Amino acid sequence: MSVQSKVVVQVKDLHKRYGDVHALRGLDLEVYAGQIVGFLGPNGAGKTTAIKILSGFLAADSGSASICGFDSETQGLEVKQVLGYLPENNPLYSDMRVVDALNFIGAAHSLGGTKLKDAIERVVEQTQLHQVYWRPLGHCSKGFRQRVGLAQALLNDPQVLLLDEPTNGLDPLQVVEMRKLITSLGADKTVMITSHVLPEIEAVADRVVVMNHGSKVMDKDIASLASEQLVAVELHCPVDKFNEICSQAGAHIEEMIVAGDSNCQALIRADDNASGLVSRLAEAAVANEVQVANLSPQGHSLEHEFRKICQSDGAQL
Amino acid sequence: MRSLVIARREFFAYFESPIGYVVVALFSALAAALFFLVGDVFFSYNQASMRHFFSNMPMLVAMIAPAIAMRSWAEEIRSGTIERLMTLPFSLGQLVVGKFLGVWAVFAVALLCTLLAPISVDMLGDLDWGPVIAAYVGTLFLAGAGLAICCFLSALTSNQIVAWMVGACTLLVFNLVHLLASAVFIPRWLAEISLNIDMSQHFHALARGVIDVPSLGFYVAVMIISLVANTLILSLRRHS
Repeated sequence: MSVQSKVVVQVKDLHKRYGDVHALRGLDLEVYAGQIVGFLGPNGAGKTTAIKILSGFLAADSGSASICGFDSETQGLEVKQVLGYLPENNPLYSDMRVVDALNFIGAAHSLGGTKLKDAIERVVEQTQLHQVYWRPLGHCSKGFRQRVGLAQALLNDPQVLLLDEPTNGLDPLQVVEMRKLITSLGADKTVMITSHVLPEIEAVADRVVVMNHGSKVMDKDIASLASEQLVAVELHCPVDKFNEICSQAGAHIEEMIVAGDSNCQALIRADDNASGLVSRLAEAAVANEVQVANLSPQGHSLEHEFRKICQSDGAQL
Repeated sequence: MRSLVIARREFFAYFESPIGYVVVALFSALAAALFFLVGDVFFSYNQASMRHFFSNMPMLVAMIAPAIAMRSWAEEIRSGTIERLMTLPFSLGQLVVGKFLGVWAVFAVALLCTLLAPISVDMLGDLDWGPVIAAYVGTLFLAGAGLAICCFLSALTSNQIVAWMVGACTLLVFNLVHLLASAVFIPRWLAEISLNIDMSQHFHALARGVIDVPSLGFYVAVMIISLVANTLILSLRRHS
């Protein structure tokens, strides 16, 4: 990630309703130049709505959204000139050949002559489209269609890229290729990517914003998440004894799952080293003569938080 | 002009599929058949005149204009490409005008193909080309008004068939509304309105080869109103 000084995407108190559904409830967000920000959340969380408003496709009910200092509502044309957008499901004109589709988007960005030729050569190289360059889009595989969508978004060499579910429907190999491509684009562009798949965001983003019910519920750097591991603990002892052992081991209970008279289960947050915490808990349990049923690292807290969000209201992933 | 980028895409999209060719062929064939074969009017006159050819135009346009314009927005909405289009650096007005110019150009190609009819008449007799050219210009404006209405209606639905049916019915109404004027129970002011908003009534002078400026103005006004309404519909879509 490059220097985080300049705010390139700013969202303030954004609201959007679809009839009775409150899709966005006062979203606030700042994205800095060079960041790859992952928007994560279950279906219906408001990720796509936020992206559509930023792209200028939808208008917000209230609040403001700006890109590179241009307001999405009042300076839509300026926003669209500095923006590259890959919509969800990547709609393309199937009747066009790849070369024609790129020429059309280039012309839409007022590119012509040598500039257009150079821009097309650049994006074809970036997205490796040589093989299908002359092929009608309707005859291209899903993977190539996705690459064409991305190539179109890159034609104007945008400062900000909005990618809505870019790996949707791709096979595992294509997913890996797309992730590599997005990571390489992040070297000189600000990228906002939405997904409902956690590993997707972990693989490419350096910051994650979790959304649910139209609100931001978590906003963290991926690097800091690595130091926030969770440990599952199950001890055969009453609650007060369990709390005492945790206290002796210097462990902070994240979530108490079972609090019985003879059995307790909990998730413990390890702020630095998960294996060190496991050792300290094991030593404290032995010292208190308590039988250990389970003591295992559970991955980082984002995974747990995300699972909790999705399970709390039966949201679909 | 930025709209020409959209117009060019729209125009060529019609000829990427059979629809464009079918519409052009159908229009030319129907225009020629109605002129030369139906009712034997042309041959019974025994004159090198195209008046009967152009008198059929309002009804032909009412059938063909919806067929050309039906996909303009409905297909974009159905396939989702409207999202790609509306996030390109164009204003809504530029998109609407571009689409309209594209479908108008398709109609112009169809109209050009009917030139075989006056050329044939010219070979049979001494055709006065002045009124014919003027009538062709009038037909272009008549179709422009019809196409603008149908583009607007196409933006209201994602179904091309619905767009065609509603478009055809609307244009039929705009071509038959003058009949109200002859109904006895209609007040005079309403009869006058029905005559003034009837698209075929404004075509009478144009079909005779007279460049009737008020009639051309009427068609231009219909185009402008329809294109503004089309822009408003897209704007409402952004706020929906």
